[in-house]
Amino acid sequence: MIAVKATLVRDLTLLLRRRGEVLNPLVFFALVITLFPIAISPDPELLAVIAPGLLWVAALLAALLSLDSLFRSDYDDGSLEQLLLAPQPLAALSLAKVAVHWLLTGLPLALMAPVLGIMLALPAGSYAILALSLALGTASLSLIGAIGAALTVGLARGGVLLSLLVLPLYIPVLIFGAGAVQAAILGDGVAAHLAILGALLAASLMLAPWAIAASLRISING
Amino acid sequence: MSLCLQARQLACERDDRWLFQGLDLDIRSGEIVRIEGPNGSGKTSLLKILSGQLSDYQGELFWNGAAMNDAREHFLANLLYLGHAPGIKSGLSPLENLAWYQALSGESNEESSGANGHEEQRLDALERVGLAGFEDVPAGQLSAGQQRRVALARLTLTPRALWVLDEPFTAIDRHGVADLERQLVAHAQSGGCVLVTTHHELTASPLLRRIALG
Repeated sequence: MIAVKATLVRDLTLLLRRRGEVLNPLVFFALVITLFPIAISPDPELLAVIAPGLLWVAALLAALLSLDSLFRSDYDDGSLEQLLLAPQPLAALSLAKVAVHWLLTGLPLALMAPVLGIMLALPAGSYAILALSLALGTASLSLIGAIGAALTVGLARGGVLLSLLVLPLYIPVLIFGAGAVQAAILGDGVAAHLAILGALLAASLMLAPWAIAASLRISING
Repeated sequence: MSLCLQARQLACERDDRWLFQGLDLDIRSGEIVRIEGPNGSGKTSLLKILSGQLSDYQGELFWNGAAMNDAREHFLANLLYLGHAPGIKSGLSPLENLAWYQALSGESNEESSGANGHEEQRLDALERVGLAGFEDVPAGQLSAGQQRRVALARLTLTPRALWVLDEPFTAIDRHGVADLERQLVAHAQSGGCVLVTTHHELTASPLLRRIALG
């Protein structure tokens, strides 16, 4: 699909030229994680207990923060109308936009998490699982979040509404994502958790593009 | 190929006010249809309804005799819509902007011309709208009129039968306006149709038809 590839290339180029927007969620992630040892206690044993949950919550919020801009600039400059009027299937084109969002938000967050894990004294042996669970999980987060972003793009201050819409749907991903890291620390099998994360991703990959397309159509009608 | 966009008993309500009611429209190949009316009379809404963006209306639309819902794919493959906002990304150069539109329009599926041929076409289209030399300048640094011209380059770049243009003359200089008018007439003469709103006085032409709103 040439149009899908062109949309991927276009969005990647645009975001790489505006590095600040790409760095924002990463900086937020790093800041939040840095503050916890200072505020709670530098005791490694205590930190190790809460580290998986903290890392996952902070990564989830960082991903959520960056969602609002997903369709915003396209809506403002009129490209979104053109996207909707393209003879190509809108679901495929929006999937390309979501893929770019994951590549430049979810994936960097997943790669950065192990480094921040050191700061929280995350026990050895769980680092790879942390990155893997985040990589899988953030892909679902991007897909689900894009539905909310598409629904609220027509609103001037859609940010809060977007969080309210999307957060309940994020809970399963958070539970199994943090659960996977916890299981790795305890030495239990992580396969079940990762399999469920994969299943969540497969389900959102199948359903979310259609929901995003329908939501965009509703938003442009407003 | 003869094309025909029909609307029957079209009505649109905004904020408890009827923009238009009982509107019957026939737009055929070889016509330039100008929608007229004061500000707020529903010109843009009408264009958005006719181009299939707004679904909040009463009445029926037909494309070549088939109901719009059934013929939507064929309709979109023949439509070029230029809205109020030019749809130009300020972070991309005019060439990159056009590359996206070219790929989006599906023209690139034709293997005949190859990648270089497409770049050639984009350069030609930009030269045609007087932007030679600005190909690689970020669109954000161009003036409003130049950005509008980048959008207008799509008229040459992606051949489409039905042009729906919302205020295409905005921010364009006198010379550019004359060029664009000639382009509209040429398009109608070669069997396309043009649906346009503008406050600019179009030169009288036997192909021109007016529809007044409000």
